Amino acid sequence: MNTYPIHIKPFGKSAVLVEWPFDIDTNILDDILIFKDYVKLQGYGGPEWEIVAAYNSLTLVNNQRELKFDEISAALHKLYKERKEGAKKEPRHWKLPVCYDLEFGIDLEELSQQLSKSIEQIITLHTAATYTVFGIGFLPGFLYLGGVPRDLETPRKASPRLNVRKGSVGLARKQTGIYPQDSPGGWNIIGNCPIPIFDAQKENPCFVRVGDTVNFYSITRAQFDLHTIQAEVGIDLLTKDN
Amino acid sequence: MLKIVKSGFFTTIQDSGRFGFRHLGVPVSGSMDRAAAHLANAMLENPDESAVLEVTMSGPVLEFTKDTWIALAGANLSPKLNEVDIDNHSVHRIRSGDRLAFGKHIDGLRGYVAIKGGFETEEVLKSRSFYKPITEKDHLVAGMELHYEEVSEFEPKITHVIPEVIDRVLKLKASPGPEFDILDSKQKELLFNQPFTIAKENNRMAYQLQEILGSHQHPMLTSATLPGTVQLTPGGKLIILMRDGQTTGGYPRILQISEDSINKLAQKTFGDTLYFKREG
Repeated sequence: MNTYPIHIKPFGKSAVLVEWPFDIDTNILDDILIFKDYVKLQGYGGPEWEIVAAYNSLTLVNNQRELKFDEISAALHKLYKERKEGAKKEPRHWKLPVCYDLEFGIDLEELSQQLSKSIEQIITLHTAATYTVFGIGFLPGFLYLGGVPRDLETPRKASPRLNVRKGSVGLARKQTGIYPQDSPGGWNIIGNCPIPIFDAQKENPCFVRVGDTVNFYSITRAQFDLHTIQAEVGIDLLTKDN
Repeated sequence: MLKIVKSGFFTTIQDSGRFGFRHLGVPVSGSMDRAAAHLANAMLENPDESAVLEVTMSGPVLEFTKDTWIALAGANLSPKLNEVDIDNHSVHRIRSGDRLAFGKHIDGLRGYVAIKGGFETEEVLKSRSFYKPITEKDHLVAGMELHYEEVSEFEPKITHVIPEVIDRVLKLKASPGPEFDILDSKQKELLFNQPFTIAKENNRMAYQLQEILGSHQHPMLTSATLPGTVQLTPGGKLIILMRDGQTTGGYPRILQISEDSINKLAQKTFGDTLYFKREG
């Protein structure tokens, strides 16, 4: 377990922000998640608290009352010093299918020119990497996945699209992600994942947690159609490796 | 049942919010002007989390099929019961067959209709607040019917409240946000002294402001945002996140406005003027 210099800042009257060094680093993320689990056990786990972890920060929000910043800041610094790694959580790894058909991968041809790579090479690179979930936000169930190979790094589109189709898999700089619903969006779209990432009707609406890892594998158009029907009738298609 | 005869411009069901799912990217939602919704519920002695109608600017036409009591608060949209003018900020007896409609927009932007016992619409992730696609609909449409319990025995202890005057020029109470210090001293001075104008882009998710504070290239890693967070885009625009605002963002968070200021801002719209008043 690494120890980092952390900074605690007020964030309005009912929230505080804890920041780790400015880096996209799975060691930092691990430390953030260990600290999150620890503070939850030490008085910040009740229903009045919500804790949001992302990249290099942890935000603690109290939904019921205003906080005394000096007190909570001192308490959190103390908890950070004495934090212990809880019972090691089962590492969770998800394998998600993506159809890279040009019908879905509407930016593949343009990217192929931009990156001087064939579409097959782009798919190979995208499916070979293992990604870490560094955050969930922007939309319900939108995963910020870090670990994009340098050869696939590409800026956002100059002007965002008004509507990106649900399931679209996008690339933007060092991140890749899946649009969990139809939405405006500026990422480069390379395929579509037929597995719904977010389902509000489920008690746990999102099966992925911050800190999980994800791999993509390529499926054909026919497999995509089959998976879409299976998802509609509620057949569980998830593959989790431990 | 409450029958939606006409939907109005944008009428939704809201309660006190959807808590416990921010870490999965689910916005809090809930009444934009929580204070007004609270007042409407309080007049009926409803629990604070009871679901109310949030009526935006132009009102719906609603028909009641059961006796009950309602309370109105927030923006004054000239409410009428069976075509007779009735008071805003007051409690009204409703008989089966009554029609509630609205007329001229007098002040504010969002009016609230509370009903004795609350509207019993579908709860998704522990809240009835509309937010698509968590809820199927993002606003009410003509033909929909909302369930409520019939109430005949009720003696309101309060029948009228005197509303807070809506300031013509709004002063938002704001404390420095996590990235406040990326601003230079001149920008900080401007931020707390110059008037800002609400842009056309204003809705339940966010209010954009027209004035440009100055562009920046401050690098950010996506981090949590809250209702009331004021973001600075790379182009220098200010965006104030509201109740349906996203739970994380990649723009510097230069200010955080108070809960009370979010409520007041919810009653303002395109072209209105505001100032940020520093506290803390």
